[in-house]
Amino acid sequence: MNKTALHESHIELGAKMVNFSNWEMPINYTSLIEEHNAVRNAAGIFDVSHMAVFDFMGGDQIAFFEKIFANDIKKISQDNRAIYGALLNEKGGILDDLIIYHANSKFRLVSNCSTRKQNQDWYKKHAVEFGVEVIERSDMGILAIQGPDALNKILAISEIDHQVNNLQSFGCMFEGEKLFARTGYTGEDGLELIVPSSDIKNLWDKALELDCTPVGLGARDTLRLEAGLNLYGKDMTVNNHPYESNLGWTIDMNDENRQFIGKDALLSINQSKSKKIVGIILRDKGVLRAGYEITHGQGSGIVLSGSYSPTLQYSIGLARVDQGYQENGKVMIRNKELNIDFVSPRFLRRGKIRP
Amino acid sequence: MNDMPGDLKFLSSHEWARVESDGTVTIGLSDHAQDLLGDIVFVELPEVGQSIDAESDAAIVESVKAASDIYSPLSGEVIEINSALEDQPEIINSSPYEDGWFYKLNPSDMHELDNLLSPEDYSSVCED
Repeated sequence: MNKTALHESHIELGAKMVNFSNWEMPINYTSLIEEHNAVRNAAGIFDVSHMAVFDFMGGDQIAFFEKIFANDIKKISQDNRAIYGALLNEKGGILDDLIIYHANSKFRLVSNCSTRKQNQDWYKKHAVEFGVEVIERSDMGILAIQGPDALNKILAISEIDHQVNNLQSFGCMFEGEKLFARTGYTGEDGLELIVPSSDIKNLWDKALELDCTPVGLGARDTLRLEAGLNLYGKDMTVNNHPYESNLGWTIDMNDENRQFIGKDALLSINQSKSKKIVGIILRDKGVLRAGYEITHGQGSGIVLSGSYSPTLQYSIGLARVDQGYQENGKVMIRNKELNIDFVSPRFLRRGKIRP
Repeated sequence: MNDMPGDLKFLSSHEWARVESDGTVTIGLSDHAQDLLGDIVFVELPEVGQSIDAESDAAIVESVKAASDIYSPLSGEVIEINSALEDQPEIINSSPYEDGWFYKLNPSDMHELDNLLSPEDYSSVCED
């Protein structure tokens, strides 16, 4: 099984380790709820070095990304910007979701762990015609420091350039091989540090000394769910198109001349009839889980992600449902029909309960 | 960690049973299991008066991460449930062998106790 540069640190902290796509990763160190709350109320640090990092060399990289990426890379043609979007196949099916970072005239891409090999093959296949070289950076690790106090903690780490304080949301900057980006997967302010594995331990130890709480993948999942962020493999797979996955906003068709992979297939989809991903709140006691069946006046659906929300203190989920839903519906949990409300998937805004 | 009382008998699926002085049996979940599950946020208990067979599902416990069935170590009629768990399921995390009990049975066959594991044997199951 693969291990990150922090494997020993996790064990020393008493983490419960689990197999996550063939990486041995911490699911929680203490209480998942306490770790979750630390990110919402102060600052938490995550080792997400299992994610895949790619760099690109030479050739026409803009043209390459214009073809393989459904969002338009031209939006970050200025340096120091990052962009989120989907990698589609010719049928418009989602191969992965990812972030592309652009700084120092270089592109760096971070995508999911389970799709590493598929993506690498896909990039290499399509890079040839643009003369672009694809370099998987297995020598890189990723730390995420997230929460309302995250920036204050980060600025107290002398190894990190203070200019990170000037980065806007989805801004990024290189310092040598280190990439610092104001991105994350929690709905909180904070940074992701995509840095050589040899630098990871020192940064991790400094952050812990500053009372950043180590947070496992368990709380990472409840945090992203409260923020309404999709998880690839759970909320969307290659069998889903972006419009039924809440990713329509990442599909950029403004440049009529841009022919990205999957575009023709997307143009043939009737979006007004597509299923939608919607947020759901369980109004009765219990916990929503993936696979539970949903009904509403005009159709049906299925829970994709479900959990207990530590911030809201009731169960929430993401579901893919037929259009025509009103304010509420029903979910079947162990042969009992319980009440749900349909809401925006963004259960929290900037970590706060929406008014 | 919560010390494991010596008067308990276990199923390998982590439920414990304790025979009380009045002959009734109290059922709960082991410290090892609550630790594996993590923060418990929901419990569905059986109903008083319900008859339960040994090793059949009697309750459901859900942590943030997952739902798990709770199997009854013994057969019998449910005579009391721990309703405090319905509003404060986290008691199972903090006190698995005392305040976090699930239900009490009027056992129908005390010989079934012989099928259960001693604390020592249960501990070795957890180490595997």
